[in-house]
Amino acid sequence: MSAWLIQHRAALAAAFRRLWATPLNTLLSLLVIGIALTLPAFGYVALDNLRELGRNASGVQQISLFMSLEASRKDVGEIESRLRQAVGSQWRFVPKEDALKRMKSSEGMAEIVASLPRNPLPDAFIVEPADTEPAALEALRQEIAGWPKVAHVQLDSAWIKRFDAFLRLGKMALWMLAGLFGAGLVAVTFNTIRLQVMAQSAEIEVARMIGATDGFIRRPFYYFGALQGALGGLLAALLVLAALRLLAGPVGELAALYGGNFSLRPPGVAEMLGLTALGAFLGWLGAQLSVSLSLRKFD
Amino acid sequence: MIEASNLTKRYPGGFEAVKDASFSISAGQMVLITGHSGAGKTTLVKLISTIERPTSGSLVVNGQNLSALGRSAIPHVRRHFGLVFQDQKLLFDRNALENVMLPLHIAGLPRREAIRRAQAALDKVGLLAREKANPIALSGGEQQRLAIARAVVNRPTILIADEPTGNLDSESGMAILDIFADFHRVGVTVVVATHDQSWIERYHPNVLRLAHGRVVE
Repeated sequence: MSAWLIQHRAALAAAFRRLWATPLNTLLSLLVIGIALTLPAFGYVALDNLRELGRNASGVQQISLFMSLEASRKDVGEIESRLRQAVGSQWRFVPKEDALKRMKSSEGMAEIVASLPRNPLPDAFIVEPADTEPAALEALRQEIAGWPKVAHVQLDSAWIKRFDAFLRLGKMALWMLAGLFGAGLVAVTFNTIRLQVMAQSAEIEVARMIGATDGFIRRPFYYFGALQGALGGLLAALLVLAALRLLAGPVGELAALYGGNFSLRPPGVAEMLGLTALGAFLGWLGAQLSVSLSLRKFD
Repeated sequence: MIEASNLTKRYPGGFEAVKDASFSISAGQMVLITGHSGAGKTTLVKLISTIERPTSGSLVVNGQNLSALGRSAIPHVRRHFGLVFQDQKLLFDRNALENVMLPLHIAGLPRREAIRRAQAALDKVGLLAREKANPIALSGGEQQRLAIARAVVNRPTILIADEPTGNLDSESGMAILDIFADFHRVGVTVVVATHDQSWIERYHPNVLRLAHGRVVE
């Protein structure tokens, strides 16, 4: 095994030993880091679920296309072929006869419908575009409105814009929160490492005198920071998972009361690993800053 | 092996601890740097061992000009030296064996090999039986022998010591002298700064005498 690899293995082992040597301090640091990462991570998952909820909500992000009353089967076929070409959009056709039947089944409408001389309802299409950005929806609405025999195109763009603005606001607030808590995590690691450097100043001084490189001296602190951050990130991921488990029941019941079957989407393995890696990176960053400043006095 | 030419060390404030020192030490020599307190012995030892950088002049050790050395090269040069300090600079949060293993750890030796070599070094200075002892439990002489074991464990070409017997009684001091002489006998260059004249009487080494920072003999 090369000297480089031996030194890295020794530095990693030293980092584990330091974590283990002061269990209470380690536990408290992990809790601080875990909670600091849990809040923005939970916000991210909540926004993600909200976006999903908005996408699934009936009538939201859908375009209703109404044909003119005199449109023939051939005209309907033409629209169908155009919709087929519209990449990524799902759609379903609602014949005017079905629409009338549904109207007739509505409470108090049967007599009114029976008194009508002919079916006043048009054929219609319900389009569910893949791209649900407000601008893309509006562009598609305008395109469809220009198609032959299309009498009216309906898109609840105001609601979509409001929803989108809310999501963007939430996202921005989340980034700010993540930045603040990330800085907090860096500060916690910075202070922990600073205290460690102070406690090991004799060892560092001797090691320098007998030929230790900067890398040799810094490495155990980097590993410690990254390890502590990674464990804090993992703790945060588990806390988010536990919170979603607890909320899953009440959210399901609430969705059922509104006639839906929405269920919370928990973070995936990739997202949990991402949070762990983010914790490790922030821990390493705190260690890097702390070691750079603290070791100056040994130069 | 060690060539100094017009070597000067000036500290901030203008004090010159070493002034225009020129000397030469060949490989395998035993050299004593002597002089009164404040003569510049410790500064000269620090210059040779790269702990201090010269203000001017040149210092060539093993063919390398230490005056022109970059910061990143210094640790690698130091590994060729075995350093022994008056205050030993031992680590009291680890046992004797672990103290001696530190240079090997820095060099990246596998643990098993490091233990074997550290035990051999402890054996040379007569401390193998105390390998598990914390340095704080050792006497002053034993602590100095432990510091020598740490200095020689990496098989240095030059052993440099600064007042290694300064805090010891005469008997312990003699034991330390004998250990240095043993290393000199097997070909290690030994450079010792001391004001202890018994070294000269016992081993007749080459002498580099300093006065007010200048080499006078």
